[in-house]
Amino acid sequence: MASTGGDIEQTKSVEVKKKLNVLIVDDSALIRKLHEAIIEKLGGISQTAENGEEAVNIHRNGDASFDLILMDKQMPKMDGVSATKKLREMKVTSMIVGVTTLAADEEEYKAFMDAGLDHCFEKPLSKDKLEPLINKLMDA
Amino acid sequence: MDSHVAQLQMQYRNYILSLYQQGFLDDQFTELKSLQDDGSPDFVAEVLSLFFDDCVKLVGNMARALDQTGTVDFSQVGANVHQLKGSSSSVGAKRVKGLCINFKELCEAKNYEGCVRCLQQVDIEYKTLKAKLQDMFNVSVIIVHMNPVSVWDDFNKIILGKE
Repeated sequence: MASTGGDIEQTKSVEVKKKLNVLIVDDSALIRKLHEAIIEKLGGISQTAENGEEAVNIHRNGDASFDLILMDKQMPKMDGVSATKKLREMKVTSMIVGVTTLAADEEEYKAFMDAGLDHCFEKPLSKDKLEPLINKLMDA
Repeated sequence: MDSHVAQLQMQYRNYILSLYQQGFLDDQFTELKSLQDDGSPDFVAEVLSLFFDDCVKLVGNMARALDQTGTVDFSQVGANVHQLKGSSSSVGAKRVKGLCINFKELCEAKNYEGCVRCLQQVDIEYKTLKAKLQDMFNVSVIIVHMNPVSVWDDFNKIILGKE
């Protein structure tokens, strides 16, 4: 077929699907492994920290860029409440979600939320609990 | 299908169901299984191994804390109970989790005899669960060797309702 002048060359657009980047902060190796697997199943990639201090240090040089931080509450060295407050003071804008066994205790829950959380889930975490949040972040 | 394999598969199915029916496992174990795939074929075994390591460590910590001559630090016992509750709920160890809930209340009430009794129950319960899960895995290994169809296909059909 003869080409006509002015044909616009059609190029296939390549859709690069962004992978959600998640920081998992928990002092339990079991919980970190479980949450890593959930994030991977939901199409994300993850990095882990064993306590709040590590999570803060990861952000100190200003290069860290996480879409989501899953934050445990009770941890040695620096707990989740202190770490969340510190991250917000450092102007970290990632979504921070608390994951704790203390979610049923109203006062503790409120204190954790007031530290700067966007949401708080009670352990154990599951794909069903996290998926709507992940989808929201991916659509944003 | 070889009748021996079929019999083993039947026993395996019934065994898994019984673990749920008798309250040893809950839906979180099903969630755990759903995270295992070809890319992570040993995921469940690895997570359970971490759980039983936690049990040994935390039960040891609680025993030492309760064995103090003089004043027992119930907040320290409670902190270990809290961790065990988190671990047990994350793997679907329903009975262990239930005991941890009672145990926490006993710590808050500073009920020494209650705490000691509860610790003994936790110790028995996690070891019982460990033995039962080991039996389950042992049978699954035999079935996999005898039948190319993955034994987890049966698990998926029974527990997850997938055909």
